[in-house]
Amino acid sequence: MSMATRLRLENIVKEYPGCRANDGIDLVVEAGEIHALLGENGAGKSTLMKVIYGVVQPDEGRIIWNGHPVTVDSPARARELGIGMVFQHFSLFETLTVAENIALNLPADETRDRRQLEQRIRDVSERYGMALDPRRYVSTLSMGERQRVEIVRCLIQESTLLILDEPTSVLTPQEVRVLFQTLRQLAKEGCSILFISHKLEEVRALCDNATVLRQGRVSGDCRPAEVSATEIARLMVGDDTPISTQVGESEPGALLLSVEGLSWRTDDPFGTSLSDIRFSLREGEIVGIAGVAGNGQEELLKALSGEIRLSGHAIRFAGTAIDGLAPQERRRLGMAVVPEERLGRGAVPSMSLASNALLTASGQGLVAHGLIRYPKVRAFSREVIRRFGVRCVSEDSSAASLSGGNLQKYILGREALQNPKLLIASHPTWGVDVGSAVAIHEALVALRDQGAAILLISEDLDELYQLCNRMGALCHGRLSPLVPTAGLSIERLGQWMAGDFPQEVSDAAA
Amino acid sequence: MELLTNVLAATVVAGTPLLLVALGELVCERSGVLNLGQEGMMLMGAVAGFIAAQASGSLAVGVFAAILTGIAMSMLFALMAVTLAANQYAAGLALTIFGTGLSAFVGAGFVGHSIDGFGKLAIPLLSDLPVIGKVLFTQDLLVYLSLILFVSVLLFLSRTRGGLLLRAVGESPHAANANGLKVMTVRYLAVAFGGGMAGLAGAYLSLAYTPMWTEGMTAGRGWIALALVVFASWRPERVLLGAYLFGAASILHLVLQGLGWKSSTELLAMLPYVVTILMLVLLSWHPARTRLNTPLSLGQPYRPGR
Amino acid sequence: MLLLERRPVASPVMRWASPLLALLLTVVTGFFLFLAMGRDPLAGLKFFFVTPVSDVQGLAELGLKMAPLLLCAAGLTLCYRAKLWNIGAEGHFLMGALGASIMAVQLVDAQGPWVLPLVLLAGMAAAAAWAAIAAALKTHLNCNEILTTIMLNYIALNLLLYTVHGPLKDPYGFGFPQSVMFGDSALLPALVPGTRLHLGLAFGLLAALAVWALFARSFVGFQLNVVGEDPRAAAFAGFGARRLTWFAFLVAGALAGLAGASEVTGPIGQLVPQVSPGYGYTAIIVVFLGRMHALGIVAASALLALTFLGGEMLQIAMNLPKAVTGLFQGLLLFFLLTCDAFIHYRLRWRGPATAGVRSVAPAGEA
Repeated sequence: MSMATRLRLENIVKEYPGCRANDGIDLVVEAGEIHALLGENGAGKSTLMKVIYGVVQPDEGRIIWNGHPVTVDSPARARELGIGMVFQHFSLFETLTVAENIALNLPADETRDRRQLEQRIRDVSERYGMALDPRRYVSTLSMGERQRVEIVRCLIQESTLLILDEPTSVLTPQEVRVLFQTLRQLAKEGCSILFISHKLEEVRALCDNATVLRQGRVSGDCRPAEVSATEIARLMVGDDTPISTQVGESEPGALLLSVEGLSWRTDDPFGTSLSDIRFSLREGEIVGIAGVAGNGQEELLKALSGEIRLSGHAIRFAGTAIDGLAPQERRRLGMAVVPEERLGRGAVPSMSLASNALLTASGQGLVAHGLIRYPKVRAFSREVIRRFGVRCVSEDSSAASLSGGNLQKYILGREALQNPKLLIASHPTWGVDVGSAVAIHEALVALRDQGAAILLISEDLDELYQLCNRMGALCHGRLSPLVPTAGLSIERLGQWMAGDFPQEVSDAAA
Repeated sequence: MELLTNVLAATVVAGTPLLLVALGELVCERSGVLNLGQEGMMLMGAVAGFIAAQASGSLAVGVFAAILTGIAMSMLFALMAVTLAANQYAAGLALTIFGTGLSAFVGAGFVGHSIDGFGKLAIPLLSDLPVIGKVLFTQDLLVYLSLILFVSVLLFLSRTRGGLLLRAVGESPHAANANGLKVMTVRYLAVAFGGGMAGLAGAYLSLAYTPMWTEGMTAGRGWIALALVVFASWRPERVLLGAYLFGAASILHLVLQGLGWKSSTELLAMLPYVVTILMLVLLSWHPARTRLNTPLSLGQPYRPGR
Repeated sequence: MLLLERRPVASPVMRWASPLLALLLTVVTGFFLFLAMGRDPLAGLKFFFVTPVSDVQGLAELGLKMAPLLLCAAGLTLCYRAKLWNIGAEGHFLMGALGASIMAVQLVDAQGPWVLPLVLLAGMAAAAAWAAIAAALKTHLNCNEILTTIMLNYIALNLLLYTVHGPLKDPYGFGFPQSVMFGDSALLPALVPGTRLHLGLAFGLLAALAVWALFARSFVGFQLNVVGEDPRAAAFAGFGARRLTWFAFLVAGALAGLAGASEVTGPIGQLVPQVSPGYGYTAIIVVFLGRMHALGIVAASALLALTFLGGEMLQIAMNLPKAVTGLFQGLLLFFLLTCDAFIHYRLRWRGPATAGVRSVAPAGEA
């Protein structure tokens, strides 16, 4: 190897109150190398890249850039050095244009001439196959286009190290392929790429080297193409955590939920309208809806849960139209919902787990004559904690004090313990550690086997392929046909995620 | 015609304090900070301006003191709401309650004093224009200043990098921080501008509008300005329009009495407040437009950190 | 370097220590203020805090001022728990006084035990209706409640002024803007004979008790808490924000209305323009200082009642402007919010050597 070392980290330590996020991390990235940083949620990946990009300062350790020790005390300094960052939750301003967003990151004298800047943006984006219109407002762009803005922004600043944080989670499979081409082209030109991910197959397909983190430490280095996904997974989670769920066959039963021509117009300028959604759901089956975030998932969930109430008879649950029913009334009929955001929707962060049980389970005899029966609330809460292995001090712990995975188990357990006929779960394993994700998948399958119908809205295609009997995709508030998972190729699903499916569809029954 | 010209001129005068305070609050809100302390800052500006002007014998000193006092008050707010990330509603209310109390206390010895306030200053040539000349160009110095400030804010927001920075921070302080923009600095400056403008607006009341000090002399103008900013969907040109509309509403009872209309002063005095509510009601017809223009992070405390 | 650092969990100790600390800071500031004005600070503080309540008569006056504060604050607690920023207690109070007065003037010659309840109910109904305007504007027209309630306060004041100057003016009142004196049947009985302390304080304490029960035991109280803590979770759970908004506003209106009605049927006995020295605004401070908790607001209302008495006392004894009351209240609220920051934050001393120097060598150019 005759490559020069672009970035070397030595013994990086970063401590937050109550948690040592980085505990002596070493990392080497060569020039022109695509290097993966792997690890499950909470392993310290995000903290490490914030250290590199100057968003936070390390408590200990050295950063060596092109052979020189440096202090990266701000993102501006990082950009000056040639470090560019593509955030997972993009750091773009929706109400500004593409050019304005990029201008904010450039020195003032380079942005004075707007026309010249726009031309630079066009040049760079075309050169790397990422067409962009600099005058468009970011709020009108798709997730994939927004990612391009972030990448182009780095390239305009002539970054020699590009950090990408979970870049594929917002892309369709086709868009992923284009992104990988761009990244390979960049690497060939000498740009180093630090690719942060937890998706092993992607890393194996793209990266030259990988560094795996576990609990704030480096648990191993490897050449991903030369080892199996299971070996890497073991480095990520250790030896005693199960890494996948066994999903048995299921026998779908009677029709439970049917949605016919569900349409809804949003008055939120940043929201998505739903148009003519139709699908059906049987007892004892898991049906998946794939799609890039922001394509109407939240709105569909709200329409089904009752947060958005409609007039008409588009949604029938066990034969009754429920369009106009409030969330509690739907819950009483046997519907349960696990929303995407755990804190701040599924649970009130500052309240205790017991109080959070009251949020949706008040119908389980926890309230009588308008008064709360606290002993019963606690008993219910303890039962959820016990049955679903929620790790916490007690039912008095605040929701915010739990890790993402444990809180998600609690929220799912709260719904599952009410024996729902239908469970709608949105991104249930997003940002959750592998152990909890397996537990959540097992809980969903167990519910299915008890005869419940499950609607799984997710961005994680692996999860959908693993669990679902049937699936389809949501794009711009329109739903593709739902077809048996076994016969649906990832290419086809990718096209559907991009909106490429026939307008008039009939729901293919399982 | 004579009457109309007079009424329009009086409208501009009555609208000027609103324009000043609302412009300041607009900039402040564009950075994502909602400062409900306008009333308190205005009152402090009014009393400080009056006392300083009387003590020094110079109106300029008074205006200067009022602006500084407004900024000082706003820094108290910024300490709570920006640095300590306290609830912005509570902090703003505290500022108003504090300012109301402090101004009454400080000014207790000055009630009933009077000074020579700002006089009209006709601008050569322009003041000879029909109607417009009397309405816009035969006014006091502070009215001209308010118009200059209006144009400056307008240009700042739409044309400068600083304006871009302000809008970016107001939309998403987290994204701004991730981009390495100085969120705290931007917010402090925006709050300080709001404070200075509120102080100036107060000075306009006690040095030009009615050159004297009385307890609570702002009579809710700080609150009306807050409504005005929402009504204007955070756009300076609409703030200008709205401020003069309010100016008209608040002198209407004088006009009606001048015309010989017999009606209770108390009932007519309600008018600006009723108009404010009606204005808020009008807004509800275009919820999407309001939401589109609202600085997205408005009112949410920002805590830098992980 | 002194660092402000977020605590991993909010400090329950600071939550209750903060009001005491704020009071201490206010007193210390007061001390220096007196000093700066060339007055004896110890004597000043004594006149403000001690002298007004050093005898039974003074304590009764304290209870008299406590009553409206407590009633207004009890209602506002519901609103603020749900993060409904109702600033309209002053307006509710004035409308309560106005409604009760109109009824009392109608019934000026009536006798019997039914007169007083009817008068009080009229006040509560008028105030609740006034609060309903703000509630409707919020739930149906999406108007910001802070601005609408403030505006409604100004309108209520002008309405009251119009009424005492016009329709309700006592024709034999020598031109003074005031109503006739109410009949005896419309007056609140005294709570402690020989003092001006009337039944209003009992209403206030009952209201505080009810607020305690609401938030300690009832599901509605829980729902109000959730709406305030996390509106998105409340929407997800299906707790109707509209219904809860109406509930909170109507209760706040009725209680503040009862306060206003008790004021005109208690110590004053007629409608006058200066029926409130700003009780409705002071009640906001009471709620924050009392931590939105029943017990807390009882204690806080006593303290703020004292600021009214203390202000009057300083005016008499030391010839200071009465505005000292407002100044004191403002300082208190200001210090409270500052101290409240330390519920979530703590100060930590961090030597400059630990972070900067050890970690990095001088920057080199790439």
